[in-house]
Amino acid sequence: MNPRSRFLDATALTLGFAFLYLPIVILIVYSFNASQLVTVWGGFSTRWYGAVWQNRQLLDAAWITVKVAAVSAAFATIVGTLAALALTRYLRFRGRTLFSGLVYAPIVMPEVITGLSLLLLFVSVGIDRGFWTVTVAHATFTCGFVAVVVQSRLITFDRSLEEAAADLGATPWQVFFRITLPIIAPAVIAGFLLAFTLSLDDLVIASFTTGPGSTTLPMRIYSQVRLGVTPEINAICTLMIAAVTVLVIGASLATKRGLPAT
Amino acid sequence: MSDTPKTTAALGAVRSAFAPWNDPAAKPLVVFDGVTKRYGAETAVNDLSLAVYEREFFALLGPSGCGKSTLMRMLAGFETPTAGRVVLAGEDLAGVPPHLRPTNMMFQSYALFPHMTVEKNIAFGLQMEGVAKAEIHDRVAAALKLVKLEALASRKPHQLSGGQRQRVALARALIKRPKVLLLDEPLGALDRKLREETQFELVALQERLGLTFIIVTHDQDEAMSMATRIAVMDKGRIAQVGTPPVIYEAPATRYVADFIGDINIVEGKVAAIDGRRVTISTALGDMALPEAADSIAIGQEVAVAWRPEKTRIVRADEPVAGGQTMIEGAVHDIGYLGDWTTYVVEVAGQRLRAAVANASRLVERPISWDERVRLCVAPESLLLLTR
Repeated sequence: MNPRSRFLDATALTLGFAFLYLPIVILIVYSFNASQLVTVWGGFSTRWYGAVWQNRQLLDAAWITVKVAAVSAAFATIVGTLAALALTRYLRFRGRTLFSGLVYAPIVMPEVITGLSLLLLFVSVGIDRGFWTVTVAHATFTCGFVAVVVQSRLITFDRSLEEAAADLGATPWQVFFRITLPIIAPAVIAGFLLAFTLSLDDLVIASFTTGPGSTTLPMRIYSQVRLGVTPEINAICTLMIAAVTVLVIGASLATKRGLPAT
Repeated sequence: MSDTPKTTAALGAVRSAFAPWNDPAAKPLVVFDGVTKRYGAETAVNDLSLAVYEREFFALLGPSGCGKSTLMRMLAGFETPTAGRVVLAGEDLAGVPPHLRPTNMMFQSYALFPHMTVEKNIAFGLQMEGVAKAEIHDRVAAALKLVKLEALASRKPHQLSGGQRQRVALARALIKRPKVLLLDEPLGALDRKLREETQFELVALQERLGLTFIIVTHDQDEAMSMATRIAVMDKGRIAQVGTPPVIYEAPATRYVADFIGDINIVEGKVAAIDGRRVTISTALGDMALPEAADSIAIGQEVAVAWRPEKTRIVRADEPVAGGQTMIEGAVHDIGYLGDWTTYVVEVAGQRLRAAVANASRLVERPISWDERVRLCVAPESLLLLTR
């Protein structure tokens, strides 16, 4: 390769990464700012992380967010995996096109619409909004993502493995839990982590569907930012970035590597 | 099937005395009774009846799409017949799910569980059966020994070669001691040398274990060398069932004759019937052969067929004995295969083959391209094909 094109490659790469990650890097850097003022560098400090630790409101919100993410991701994983199974295994059933459309709709639907329609549903049915309504809402919009991830794995799944297991005496349940699930497990785990991350990040749908006492972390951050960005917000955001990074790396490792033997 | 009885009887002695299909008192182990399988408008298996006996090594042979795999999958329980019955050891299998059938199958893709070791793969069937741990351990060890894979017990399938995978698949299918072992193109993925070795191993194994094997294959060599009997299939029906020598030497139809091995087929009409001697007039001259006369009539359109290796090829000017069919033509092509040499001879626009075993080291080709030659076929080597 000639040095000129290598230089161009390096420049393009740097600019690309800068475009994607510079704002995040700035946020992380300023979370270690000793100064009270967000935009003025006053030396390195971890005091804002201490302050986060003292802020009950933020901590409560973070805990609720994690709970919502875990429960909704678990829901979404089960429903999404079943949807993916139905869509790949039963190539012809009544309303298949409609069903696959319905599964994928939440992915492309503007979040405002998903949030608003869920809000209308909860109001008309008369459910008090709170932890469970956010959780259900998140499961609704993330299960489509799980279905997509799991379906991509199922398409390449060799059905004769299941036939071989049945042939050797495994009941349909045993076939599913001993053969199918372990083999698609990486995709199911990746789907779960994706759903978890999406739930963690969500602001719009949570705003529509939550109630008093169940304010999630993104909502709390958003409402605080409206009063002015404090270095404390930078610190909590850095923590969230760390959590999401770990989960996303975990998800990609799960899809790449198979699971160890049963 | 309606083989010519005299030939069948004559060829019966070629194989060992094992022939339960000739014994009216013998009860078949597997019976397909008028089985039909349709997929929408397409008929994969068409009103097919077949009986397989215990300890047989039975081959379902045919080109892809002839319904042989569908037939096997109906026995394993992966497909449900549209009509007809599948009976195993006297029990109608209708409604019995695959996991409750006493058959085991070795899949064409081997279908080894990728997330389990060799050992776990082989143990799977016993675990599902609820066999005690200690017994599973012993039986798996015995199975590993049987297929000579003791050293690889803790490997994963992706760490094995094709031949090793094939043996794992075999051990896994055998471990439950099935009443019938089904093998779907078991050697298709192996290279030629290994395939031949494995053929003999499979037969030895089947005889030693005393099990019934049903094999699906499109490879005639595989079927010929391993099977006690072969069912040649064509478009969802059985064209002929018989032992390998019967299928080869006395094919019932043109389809079977053409599918198994090389054959020369010449169309003609029955010209004369004189006792057991039938004369057929063809574009290549009259051909006489011994044949039971009751199945044919004068003027009937038939075909005469013979195998290339039963053809003698001599130069046109060489003197030959009478009393045999002689066809004169020009050598169009010569194929030297090492063990055999095939001559393609053009006669009246038709190409006929003659195969000559190279019994001695070849120094000089006795017959060359474009040379005038004569093909000689003894009357008893000629076959009459009415269908």
